[in-house]
Amino acid sequence: MPENKPTLMQGNEAMARGLVENGCVVAASYPGTPASEILSSIDTWLKTEGVTMHVEWAVNEKVAFEIAYAASQCGLRAVTAMKQVGLNVASDPLMSAAYLGTIGGFVVISADDPGPHSSQTEQDSRLVAMQAKLPVLDPSSPAEARELVGCALRMSEKFELPVMLRPTTRVCHACQDITPVPVEYLERKADFCKDPQRWAATPKFRYELHVELNRKLSRIAAYAPTAPRRLNPSTVSRRAVVASGVSAAHAKEVISASGLQDAFVFYQVFQPYPLHSDFVDEVRAAYDEVLVLEETTGVIEMQLRDYRRVQGKLSGAVPEAGELLPEVIERILCEFAGRPASDLPEAAPAGGKRPTLCAGCPHRASFYAIKKAVPQGIYPSDIGCYTLGVNLGAVDTVLCMGAAIGQAAGFYQAYRVTGHQRDIVATVGDSTFFHAGIPPLIDAVVQGARFVLVILDNTTTAMTGNQPTPAKGTPSGKAVDISSIVAGCGVEFCRSADPLDLPTFTSLLKEALVFSREQGVAVVIAKSPCLVDKSIRHAKRPQALVDSNCTGCKYCTGQFECPALVYDEISRKVTVDVMICSGCGVCLDVCPLKAIKLVEGQP
Amino acid sequence: MISQQLLISGVGGQGILFIARLLAEIAIAKGLPVLTSETHGMAQRGGIVISHLKVGDFSSPLVRPGQADGLIVLKSGNVALHRSFLQSGGWIAANGTKSVSVSGEMEMTTIDADTIALKLGNPRALNLVVLGHALSTSRLFCTTEEVAEILLHKLHGKPALLEGALTALNAGTTNFPRS
Repeated sequence: MPENKPTLMQGNEAMARGLVENGCVVAASYPGTPASEILSSIDTWLKTEGVTMHVEWAVNEKVAFEIAYAASQCGLRAVTAMKQVGLNVASDPLMSAAYLGTIGGFVVISADDPGPHSSQTEQDSRLVAMQAKLPVLDPSSPAEARELVGCALRMSEKFELPVMLRPTTRVCHACQDITPVPVEYLERKADFCKDPQRWAATPKFRYELHVELNRKLSRIAAYAPTAPRRLNPSTVSRRAVVASGVSAAHAKEVISASGLQDAFVFYQVFQPYPLHSDFVDEVRAAYDEVLVLEETTGVIEMQLRDYRRVQGKLSGAVPEAGELLPEVIERILCEFAGRPASDLPEAAPAGGKRPTLCAGCPHRASFYAIKKAVPQGIYPSDIGCYTLGVNLGAVDTVLCMGAAIGQAAGFYQAYRVTGHQRDIVATVGDSTFFHAGIPPLIDAVVQGARFVLVILDNTTTAMTGNQPTPAKGTPSGKAVDISSIVAGCGVEFCRSADPLDLPTFTSLLKEALVFSREQGVAVVIAKSPCLVDKSIRHAKRPQALVDSNCTGCKYCTGQFECPALVYDEISRKVTVDVMICSGCGVCLDVCPLKAIKLVEGQP
Repeated sequence: MISQQLLISGVGGQGILFIARLLAEIAIAKGLPVLTSETHGMAQRGGIVISHLKVGDFSSPLVRPGQADGLIVLKSGNVALHRSFLQSGGWIAANGTKSVSVSGEMEMTTIDADTIALKLGNPRALNLVVLGHALSTSRLFCTTEEVAEILLHKLHGKPALLEGALTALNAGTTNFPRS
């Protein structure tokens, strides 16, 4: 790695670089947008640097947290990284670890997704940090995120507390020129010192730990390296703008582009919780009007505790939902400064292409078969690419990881207790099944629930960039077999088939449906590899072609929704987009007129 | 200092990230600060993908509406979606079979990159065909030679890929102009 030479780094790569540079030796994560590339980048950096680390894709975020936390208890520097909804899964150990504290520096990276772009919620991890009573740092750029990683590790060791780093999508997935620095080798050995009064504290001692935690927080609220910075020190005004995270980066650029440097004093906050007490006093004493810009909740705003003078999310001056885009910040800042905002160009028309399953994706075939085999079913589904089965009308619910199975059982019980039975087909991906699908399956079996569960097994975590699952590519070389887990949970019907063989797969689903109506949970494993998984070699297949028998009935485009099948308004027939057709051949069985053929020799 | 704000727009799978990173690396090689913003995750699955690229002295990774110098469009339908990012006098270099008329003070040129990439037997290289076309208008902060050089560096040891990439880039450059 050439040092002192700027390199293009994505925010996630920059945080990974900061972790490796600062002697972090254990990293555990579960993939989730926008945090997924942190762990894979750590892997890349440690290979280029020849560093030894334990880097793992854990089965879920709770496990990832516990793996990394134990390393900290042994005195090593450690990190766990996840997206904000992953932090919900890890919140149990998080809350408790705040009381017990750390030995080696321990950073919890929780990436938020204001927008949201690729998440169920816009929740603010800084609020979780506040609830756990843990300090949280809020970077405004990839370069700053890299700096704050080192700062968080040092802080964690100084105060013996986990420290949260909360980047947002616009930091994780921004790229910037960053100059790497040499790796610091700490040469520590794992050394767990038994202290059951602390590490296994009973409720009586937990009270004392809570009191101690509050003391630590008040010291952290005076910690100089993370104090807010005034970015225009020469400006004199009774008005101030306080911003953190990428909102500070947007504001900084808007202020200089719109000539607002002297309109108000501008502060950037790096540690939104606990907010530095001297800063709170200064803001309350020196300014008549204060505007706070932050994502996604008014965390800084509520700590300033003066609703007559402080404007922000809680006051209604700043939108409480959605991403704080730079054009929104421009309008709010101009208003605050009493200047007219420049006219925005006419907004782009809404619409465009909605996200869809890839052409040739085996999930599309599974969903089509489910609709054919169980047309009147309730279809609970889950988190992953296959959420897009909603486009085919084969996904009715998406709640959170693993919920398809819990909800399927819940739907069964709700109908049963009121004297009815409905056909229910739940879909869950393989990685999601490992993550959170096993406890609800056990519950379904022991409570006598009846439904069909289709495990969409493409042997990868596709949505987030094809990370491995416990069933394939594990470091130990051991693979956990899904059908054995299913059998171990007490399920008596478990069969596998390839959904790309549509007729066979559809009849298997019908068999499963009959079993589920009469006996209990029936599991069908839809086994077919992900097309975008580069670790699998995909044989070149002949592409589809629509012949003259096509009447333009639009059955395929409506019911199968493959992006490679396009209705042409001029010829009033369907054509195949050869740029994206994968040649899976499933549409041959979909077309009611058998007007689609496979042709050899197409590119 | 050179200052340029660009948007690269298309749909998932067209290789937008690749050309945004290519241009960002050229900026770094020229000693310029750079910020980009990428689309990942659910939005990437065949949906609209847009990359922001800001070369010069900026702190925000996003281009504000009405501020972009240029728009590189890999899917012609996206012109209508993203042209509001352009400043007056901005330019559009788009993949498309015909010149779509645009109102206001902007200049748009098109190239039929789908057909060209298919003819080259390399449909995945349509991103480089459109980039080549954008470069041929000489309004980017970098030149075709600089792009070729960075491709040479990135695809070192992959001669077949490199040749395909350079052929696509040149095909885009020489199929100009149609404005």
